Amino acid sequence: MIYFDNSATTQPDPEVLRTFTAASQAFFANPSSLHGLGIEADRLLGRAAQQVAELAGMPDGTVVFTSGGTEANNQALFGFARANAGHGRRILISSVEHPSVLNTAEQLEAEGFEVLTVGTDGNGRLDLSDLERKLSQKTIVVSIMHVNNETGAIQPLEEAGRLIRRKAPRAVFHSDTVQSYGKLAIPGGPDGPDAISVSAHKFHGLKGSGALILKRNAQIRPYLFGGGQQGGLRSGTVPVAHAAALAKAMRLAEEARGELQFGEWRDELIRFFGGWDKVRVLGGPESAPHILSVAIRGIRGEVAVNALQEKEIYVSTSSACSSRSRSESHVLRAMRIDEDFRHGVIRLSFGRQNSREEILRFKEVFAEFMDTIERV
Amino acid sequence: MTYNEILIRYGELSLKGKNRNVFIRKLRDNIRRVMKDLETVKVKSEHDRMFLFADSPEEMEEAMRRLPEVFGIQSFSPAVRCDAEIEEIKQTAAEILGRMETEGKTFKVEARRADKTFPLKTNDIQQELGGHLLPLYPELIVKMKKPDIKLLVDIREDGAYLSTETIQGAGGLPAGSNGHALLMLSGGIDSPVAGYMMMKRGVKLDVIHFHSPPFTSEQSKQKVIELAERLSGFGGRIRMHTIHFTEIQQAIQDTMPAALTMTTTRRLMMKITDMVREEIGAKAIVTGESLGQVASQTLDSLSAINEVTSTPVLRPLIAYDKLDIISIAEKIDTYETSIRPFEDCCTIFTPSHPATKPKTSKVIYYEGNADFGPMIDKAVAEREIIEFPIQKEADPFADLL
Repeated sequence: MIYFDNSATTQPDPEVLRTFTAASQAFFANPSSLHGLGIEADRLLGRAAQQVAELAGMPDGTVVFTSGGTEANNQALFGFARANAGHGRRILISSVEHPSVLNTAEQLEAEGFEVLTVGTDGNGRLDLSDLERKLSQKTIVVSIMHVNNETGAIQPLEEAGRLIRRKAPRAVFHSDTVQSYGKLAIPGGPDGPDAISVSAHKFHGLKGSGALILKRNAQIRPYLFGGGQQGGLRSGTVPVAHAAALAKAMRLAEEARGELQFGEWRDELIRFFGGWDKVRVLGGPESAPHILSVAIRGIRGEVAVNALQEKEIYVSTSSACSSRSRSESHVLRAMRIDEDFRHGVIRLSFGRQNSREEILRFKEVFAEFMDTIERV
Repeated sequence: MTYNEILIRYGELSLKGKNRNVFIRKLRDNIRRVMKDLETVKVKSEHDRMFLFADSPEEMEEAMRRLPEVFGIQSFSPAVRCDAEIEEIKQTAAEILGRMETEGKTFKVEARRADKTFPLKTNDIQQELGGHLLPLYPELIVKMKKPDIKLLVDIREDGAYLSTETIQGAGGLPAGSNGHALLMLSGGIDSPVAGYMMMKRGVKLDVIHFHSPPFTSEQSKQKVIELAERLSGFGGRIRMHTIHFTEIQQAIQDTMPAALTMTTTRRLMMKITDMVREEIGAKAIVTGESLGQVASQTLDSLSAINEVTSTPVLRPLIAYDKLDIISIAEKIDTYETSIRPFEDCCTIFTPSHPATKPKTSKVIYYEGNADFGPMIDKAVAEREIIEFPIQKEADPFADLL
């Protein structure tokens, strides 16, 4: 089996699973309990949170453990918007955000916030001058994803951050780093984001686990209410074993980051795809090394997915979330991809378990597939 | 470009006449202890400043993170070393400015020439450098008094050291350079702050804690242990004396009218503290009391409590507002620990209406009904002693995380 759908989800690292089971057994107590077992569980939770904050580049920051990236994004948008509503009503997001940001922003719009969308260029990269135009003193939240899940386009977070600091000094700058964490360095420093969302299963952790990590001074409100766990920010019994497994997965991802060869594989495949007029690589030169989307003229993406699957190679059409829905991708539309290419998009995304041999095998199988469709 | 050296300034130390050398040595030893695990770090002291060197850039960065917590340092400046050769110096200076915000900033070059064999004189160095840098950064405005950016160039035998940044130190006096006192540490917000403030004045601390099992939990003791550990992070070993207070507290409940139990509890705590202080040879008692904060901290109460000893009782927070105390607690990272909700022995037996103006004579009269002496001696003799910082045991979570 060759699994090239790591942007949809990854296979858990056995080490992460070991942490999860060991922590579930030894530290099963409720970390809110007053007794010794609870205290121990709480200490492990505290250590996990500290490690997550450090690995996110915000050692003094606050960590909200969530059920995943979608909840982290919901928490970020609802939480920052409502906490800062006294300073203004404007919220900016990019046009290529994940639905968990887009649809949350839509909800906020229904609540009376003013939501503006910042456009992108043909490579899916954020239009900085559009951002600059739309930023104002009354802007309270800006959410720009780091790496797009469909195209791999990397957004210029630092440049965006500089603009935000200058033109909207009160705004909280949030970045959905679900696709980039563990593959790219997250920009830190004063121009870097004030908060980031991560999802464990995108870097060989477990599904159902993620976090929003925010700088200490970012004002936020809870959006889930109950027993006041996690400092009141996110009610619900805290899953300590998930928190520990997330911290472990983040550490392993960060440690492996320097040795990943995704960029070389991508470049090799870009050269390879260059051999067909019918195949067009999406995303510009500045896209993330682990995601490669290509459009094939005149066929539907699922035809390629099925053909590759027969040879046990697993890729996806644009994004797993939207690939089952018939509607076409908002990201591809925003990038203005030609009509005859738009339906034939497949996405390859690499993970730590992949190897160069698998790339070679893919090339072989893909070439056969192209021969077949060219004959039709 | 990485920093090769940090110049450390003493500040207040400079004022102290005779003891100066003792203070400097203490500060140097404290810095060395804080940096002990950083193998390439070296510290050298001179009459009016100290230098810290590190071969490894990572250790240099770590050293810069740790220095702001060391008492007795007024400020410090990281410096870059280059060859003591004018062209090299020019180039390095240009690079340093390139990393800084220069738009609309005022600027000045200040040179020192310890190595008199260097061919240019101080003034010439300044002029050469200014002449090189200003055309490169025309937005800089030269200003002799209080410039935004002061480029210091220090020419020594082993090279030229350039620095621009001055980072505030913690101030105060080197830990352990100013006597020994015993801090009453309850686990609340105030007492760790009081301890911190005395440590900042160079006082070496022991701490004493009163524990009343089973009315107070193991967690409330754990909390105090964490606070003592945190305080020990500000330099110097700290010993914690834990007094088992249950028996005495029950005797107080049996003997005293309800309104006076609190006053007597404090008096006996003070007495026990004074005996421990005597034993360890400390010169003063430190408390976190702040005037009027609770019933035991009115002037009448304080004087009734203080009556048991003639030892100086230092109350650094006496005139502080609660919010100011909280902001220091947050700064020194004790606040989150202090507010964990566990009963301590002061809250557990609190009467509903403690006297805010206890009469000392009345208190002494009722205390005469019980013989607290032997109980106190026993409590002092059977106290537990722990040393901080605690030698780190194997981390139980290392494998999981």
